[in-house]
This record gives sequence, structure tokens and C-alpha cells, in this order.
Amino acid sequence: MDPLSPAEEEGFDPIREPIAVAAQLPPPVRRIAVEEPPTVAQPPADGNGHVVPAPVAALPKRMPRADTAPLERMRTEALSIAYGQKLAVNQVSLTVRRGEVLALIGPSGCGKTTLLRSLNRLVDLTPAASRGGRILLDGEDVDLFDVTHLRRRVGMLFQQPNPFPMSIFDNVAYGLRQRGSKKPSKRELEPVVVHSLQRAGLFEEVKDNLDHPALALSGGQQQRLCIARSLAVQPEVLLLDEPCSALDPISTQVIEETIVSLRSEIAIVIVTHNLQQAQRVADHVAFMYLGDLIEYGEAERVFGSPVAERTREYVSGGFG
Amino acid sequence: MSTHAHVPAPAAPPAPAPPRLAHHRGEESWSRGDKIGVALAWAAGILLCVLAAAIVLYMLFRGIQYLSVSLLATHPLPSLDQTKSGGFLDPIEGTVILTILGTAIAAPIGVGIAVWLSEYARPSWLARAVESGVEIVAGTPSIVLAIFGLLVFQQSVFGFLSFTAEGNAVFGRSFFTAGAMMALIALPLIVGSTREALHSIPSHVREASYALGKDRISTIRRVLLPASRRGIGTGVTLGMGRIVGDTAIVVILLGASQQIQPENGTPVWGLLKGTGSTLTTYVYNNSPAGEGGAPQKAYAAAFVLLVIVIFLNFAVDLIARRKEPTWTR
Repeated sequence: MDPLSPAEEEGFDPIREPIAVAAQLPPPVRRIAVEEPPTVAQPPADGNGHVVPAPVAALPKRMPRADTAPLERMRTEALSIAYGQKLAVNQVSLTVRRGEVLALIGPSGCGKTTLLRSLNRLVDLTPAASRGGRILLDGEDVDLFDVTHLRRRVGMLFQQPNPFPMSIFDNVAYGLRQRGSKKPSKRELEPVVVHSLQRAGLFEEVKDNLDHPALALSGGQQQRLCIARSLAVQPEVLLLDEPCSALDPISTQVIEETIVSLRSEIAIVIVTHNLQQAQRVADHVAFMYLGDLIEYGEAERVFGSPVAERTREYVSGGFG
Repeated sequence: MSTHAHVPAPAAPPAPAPPRLAHHRGEESWSRGDKIGVALAWAAGILLCVLAAAIVLYMLFRGIQYLSVSLLATHPLPSLDQTKSGGFLDPIEGTVILTILGTAIAAPIGVGIAVWLSEYARPSWLARAVESGVEIVAGTPSIVLAIFGLLVFQQSVFGFLSFTAEGNAVFGRSFFTAGAMMALIALPLIVGSTREALHSIPSHVREASYALGKDRISTIRRVLLPASRRGIGTGVTLGMGRIVGDTAIVVILLGASQQIQPENGTPVWGLLKGTGSTLTTYVYNNSPAGEGGAPQKAYAAAFVLLVIVIFLNFAVDLIARRKEPTWTR
């Protein structure tokens, strides 16, 4: 694959100028092309002045599937949510399985974030919200759960990184420290904290600074810390609300890899506006429009040969 | 295609910056009205600086002139002879005690009110009533609060807070009663500052805590209050400044005895049940307007007061300006 656009090739003679040019080259820059996987542009000449081809760090279009058989964890049955008189989610039934990533896609205001937030009953915090239909976790109605217990089983990651104003260690340990019960000591918590940070792919970067304030981390690191914080309470389902929309492409890639590596143990639902992201990580895709579930199926099918006209328009960039 | 074709083109050198505009004195093209307006704004700013500098320098000059270590370290004595009337150790102690007491009462209540208004505020009519209450307290002159306090604390129920004369007449004047009313003048500043800090925390941070299975109380205690500590600190320090500078409450509710007069009995409790004075009433009493007629000592005490207040203002700046990383909304 040729990483160069024609415009960049113009005015550059690779035979005559390489050495002079190499001396003035800027440091390696990651260039982002819309339709192409990200590539790293390297300085073109080696020490002897020979031109070396730039390696192409191609990202697979689809990350590999989890090898465990999918297992149903959550299900919505004719779920409707209204804010006052306005119906945000209308009669949606879908299934969330461990071993795969479910992506909710659709234009802004289609109800996908509301649907996501209803799965851990965060919608209940909105005074005007009302809900019809059922949400089941392992066959049990979520309304029958103690809400704090439900939220420990169904974790969530938000659009903006939101570590708490405390140390990195305390952020990850936050969910483990139960109110009222005997406080676990730092020694007891440490293995869980370290393991969670490792699973979130952050441990190597912060292992010497666990007592540093979490808000001093970079945005991508903060978001991975938030993943670690969710993982520490060992959730069975993880809800992601546009987790990469505030992040740079490199952090996005790291987080996508983390998501994919987690799906064999945790059922994952991701809301995203980024169709490429959905293509890269999702196994199942639900397309929503104005509160209705228009299409739900395997990612290849929804993106490759969508049944509904609306879906076809949306995935081909017709509207959004 | 040869491998040479893979060579990335060098990044285009940055275009030469456009020539800088010659420094342009825009005023020349301004209308006369604009020029006058700018001049007035300048003058007002400069005047304020000059005024502040004049106060500080004049008080510094007068204060340093009369201030001595012995004034700071000796008790005031009732004597018409100014060489024998002592210093203002007791008023300094009184200021410190009253400020600590007032802040200690106001801070937890103020933070509590702010948390309730910001995080609960149900039912809404009660929240509106509380808001109005805070505003009314903030707007009430401290002398009115003082008179009201005297009325309240002279009730026999509150006899444990001050001297009780024979026949069970409650005196109503003590560090406790003055501190309680001082807490009221600091309260609105603490409530306002804490609410503002809580308000600036994005809602997704609260939701992140709920999403980890935490309830509202844990979220407030572990996340929201730590994130608001700068706001709380600012409010408390501003409140301390108000307490240090208040005179009316001291005159009416602290007994304004020159020396601290503790009640006999338990050491700390007796002290707080006793009467005393602060730097503000000391300045008032010794100024030409008061009865002491020792203006030199008034200047010296006023200087000490000014130093305390400037220090507190500086502390507020320090707390409020410190940059801390925070969340994106």
C-alpha cells in the first residue's frame, strides 16, 4: 500500500535530493488518512544515505473475534424510555452477549446513549425519565436488583475521561472500598489494582507513580485509568459511551485494543459516532434512528448489506 | 513502483511569516469621546491604586512609629496615664479566638448547606427558601445580627453560653455568643464559594461514581468535597476576613471588656464563656472618637489589623489562583 498521497509526491525527486532532504526532515509524524489505516511516516534515509521504504503499520480492518462462544448476559424486551412526553427509545429489544462487542450506532439524538444508560439504570437519575418494557440481566429484571449492586455488575465508561481527584491507586481502588464494611488495607487492594491497570494497558506507564494525582495524566491515560477503575469491581457487562470521542488517534487505538481484548470475559456495549470504530471493534451492530431500532445484526452484514434503506444511507455516509 | 516512491515527501517548510505590522498607535484614530473614556478609566484605576497604597503606607508609617513589641505582648490596663495603660495582647488573642470559633461554627454548616443546595435541593420550595435565607443573612448589617443575637442569647435556655448573674439573669455576652453571630456573617461566603465549586464539577463525574455502585453520600464525601476543597478554602478565608474586621458584634456581644475575662471553672470552656475584645473594638475605643483617647495605640492596633486582613486576602488569592488539573465538561 502506498502511504503517499499524490500531492505529497509532487515536487520531490527521490533520486537527486534524498540526502539533502533527509537532513532537514521533521521527526516521524503519524499521518491520518480518512479511508486508510493510520501509517507512520519515517525518515526515508538510513545512515549510509540509502533510501529505505517507510514501514506501513497497517491496522486490520476488523480486529479478530473472541474465541469464546457468545453467552447472553443482558436483554431488553420492548424497552421504551421517555423524557416527559418525548419518547427517546421506542420498543427496543436486543441482546447483549459476553464474547462479543455490540455497537449502537445512529445519528445524534437517536436514543442510543439513553438506551445505554438505561442498562445500568443511570437514566433513573433523570427526574423526568420514565421507562416501559423490561431489562434483564442473566434473566432477572434489573428493577429487582439493588441499584448499587446492579451498577457494580454493569460498569460504565463515559465520553469524557473522569478520574476522581485522588491518586491513581485510589481511583482504581475506589469501587473496592465499600462504605460501612471493614476497610480493606492497601496491601490487600494492591494485587487487584495492579491487575486492573494491566488489563487496561496502563500499568507499565504508571507503575512508579501510583500515588500521583490521576488528573495529571494525559487524556488517553485518564480514559484507560477509568477502564481500570471499572474493571476493578469485576463487572460482567461494560457500557462505553463514545469512549474515544475526546481522545487522539493513538489513545483511541490503544483503547480499542483493550476493548477487544476484554470481550472474551465481559459483555461490551459501545455507543459510537465513529463508523470506522464500529467496523473495527463490533461483532454485532444495532442501528437506531429517532428512538427506533432500525436494524440489528452481525457487523459484517449491517455494514456490508444492510436491509433497511435508512441503515444503508447512514453507513454509506448519506446522513448523520 | 520503485522503493524510492515510498519516501515521504518532506513536510513543506513553514511559509514565511507575514511582515509584522508596524506598531500601530490606535488611539490616533479614536474619537474624542473614546479618548476621554479611556482617560477616565485609567484615572479611576490609578486612583484606586493610589488610595490603597496611601492607606497601607500611612498605616505602616503611623503603625511602625508607635508599634513596639511591648504593645503586642502586654495586657491592656485601665489607666488614664497612657504610659501605664498597657498594650493590646488581649485584643489580638480575642481576634484569634473569635475568628477560629466563628469559622469552626460556620464552615461545617456552610459546606453542609451548599452540598444540600447543590446535590439534593428537594423539595424545591425548601431549596428556594434556604437560598433566600442565605441571601437575607448576607445582606443583614452585622449590628442587626448582634442585637438579634443579644435578644436570643439572653434567654435562660442559653444560660450555659455566658455569665449568669444572681437571680438567673443571663448576660448573653461571651465568645460563644459573639462567635455564633460571627458564624452568620461568614456563612454566606462559605455557602456561595462551595456551591460554585460543586457546580463546576461536571455531572458525568458524579455519574461515574454512581456507575461504580456508590451512593450519593459516598460520592459527596469521597469525590465532590475533595474536588471542591479550593472553593471551600476560599470561602472560609473570605469569611475569616469578615470576622476579623467586624466591630458591631464585638461591641454588643463580646462584652468589650479590655482584658479577656474568663469565667472561673474549666479552662477552655470558661474562656469561651467569658468576655473580651478584639482589635477592631480596641481601635475604636482608643481612637479620638472613642473614650480611651490613645490614638497612638489605636494606630498601632489598626496597623496589626490591616496586616492580618492583607495576609488573609493574599491567602485567598493563593488558594483561588493555584492551577489544578480538572475535567472537561
